[in-house]
Amino acid sequence: MVKLKKYNGFLKLFVIFLTLFLTASCSQKNYNLTKIEGKQLPVSETGTETPQIENFIKPYRDHINQDLDSVLAYSPETLDKSTGKWQTSIGNLMADVCVQRGNMVFKAREKKEIDLCLLNHGGIRAILPKGNITSRTAFEIMPFENNLVVLALKGDQILEIAAYIIKEKKPQPLSGMTFTIAKDKTAKNILVQGKPLDTNKIYYVATNDYLANGGDNMSFFAKNVQKFDLNYKLRNVLIDYFKEVDTIPIATDIRITEE
Amino acid sequence: MKRREFIEKTAASTALLSLGLSLSSFETDDIKHLTILHTNDVHSHIDPFPADDPRNPNKGGVSRRAALIETIRKENPNVLLLDAGDIFQGTPYFNYYGGELEFKLMSMMKYDASTIGNHDFDNGLDGLYAQMPHATFEFINSNYDFKNTVMNGLVKPYKIFNKNGIKVGVFGLGIELAGLVDKQMYKETVYNNPVEIAQDMTQRLKKEEKCDLVICLSHLGYKYKDDDSKICDLKLAELTQDIDLIIGGHTHTFLDKPTIIKNKAGENVLVNQVGCYGINLGRIDFYFDKDKAHSNQGRSIIV
Repeated sequence: MVKLKKYNGFLKLFVIFLTLFLTASCSQKNYNLTKIEGKQLPVSETGTETPQIENFIKPYRDHINQDLDSVLAYSPETLDKSTGKWQTSIGNLMADVCVQRGNMVFKAREKKEIDLCLLNHGGIRAILPKGNITSRTAFEIMPFENNLVVLALKGDQILEIAAYIIKEKKPQPLSGMTFTIAKDKTAKNILVQGKPLDTNKIYYVATNDYLANGGDNMSFFAKNVQKFDLNYKLRNVLIDYFKEVDTIPIATDIRITEE
Repeated sequence: MKRREFIEKTAASTALLSLGLSLSSFETDDIKHLTILHTNDVHSHIDPFPADDPRNPNKGGVSRRAALIETIRKENPNVLLLDAGDIFQGTPYFNYYGGELEFKLMSMMKYDASTIGNHDFDNGLDGLYAQMPHATFEFINSNYDFKNTVMNGLVKPYKIFNKNGIKVGVFGLGIELAGLVDKQMYKETVYNNPVEIAQDMTQRLKKEEKCDLVICLSHLGYKYKDDDSKICDLKLAELTQDIDLIIGGHTHTFLDKPTIIKNKAGENVLVNQVGCYGINLGRIDFYFDKDKAHSNQGRSIIV
């Protein structure tokens, strides 16, 4: 049941209040509910702003806008997630950046290196437009509060990753791993960091916490032998990267090929 | 903590004082009118959607909502303003200020109470705790046990509002957190069965406290068509009794009008939800009568 001890003082006062109320108002009877009217009011009329509220919001809004719209980098091209069958320029960039920035934390903390990164195609929420890149761009691409995590996976799970990508038929952001889709829809020639996959080896795979917890049916992540939460939001990974680079490089290398 | 208690006591004594004064001019004409206003899943949408937004152009905005609420308060000062949770997360206002502005604005609009949605845990219990000083309204939840967390004592299981003589009991129900919210965020918060808790609450509010109206602020969701076993507002309404109104959230459900459901005792329960992002404001008007002659006529519901 409910714990009330914190409100005993208040309840006591309330009891006094009610007692007084009941005695003072002669034969207080409960009210009978006779009529109910329900409706929904749209909040849409322009020109009905409350000046007091507007003035209160303004300094917050100005600060955010100033911060979000300051130019961090420049992109020579628009990177879009809908422009490739097995890989996209924006997916490549995001996965590459996660390996690069994630390694700064992972190496310092664990003295280990990330081998590859797999994110989800659905997690890219906007384009990276040609021109000036701001923090707002990062908020649009990655509005969620997902954190970067690194999972220690056995070679078998790397095989499952390849099988998952083939089955889902989507250009999932991938970095550090390449493979070929054979005619029979299986993966062959799997390379991790340029070396053939060793099923006896432990690989360190970067992803986000949503996928690590089984999101988008990435069930292989649950088979990890160790999990490292980098406490680094994906959006901040992007923002930090934008601050670091001047011009965004366009990664057009082919990571997954079809026979 | 001390500050909150002080505020509560002051509020109670102020209420007592003002009641003492109003008793001398006790109403003879005993039709009482209570207006419930409500929002849900505002998700940090403080500014209106821009004019070029493909889905909700020019809709919403706290400043306009405040104006609308003020107009209604002028028409009937007897207002209870409630929110069904997920105040947090959705715009950079939350990312930058952690919910401070959301709570401050709701306090300025004189919200009476809110329940807690899953996204209100997005900055963890510590993140929610840190924003509590900015809220002058109550947080009500009956089925989360915060005993072993920093939120202990800051969330009430229920609250009885006395609105111009009408006793309104409000309790709150939250959605199951496991699988929805990262454990790191909700930590030792314990989720209890909403239906069982609702029965305890209605027993207390209707039977013992004799409230004239019992409202459930729910973040359970309106209904789940893919998952029949999952508790939702429509099921809650059916499985319980003595709840008059369920104000829901979580599923971002836009309804043309409040849904009327028969409860366990065959009585009508209103279930309402107004979409999301502060695009709409829900309004339910309750009229009460003290005349005994009317007491058996039942209630009319106009939706």
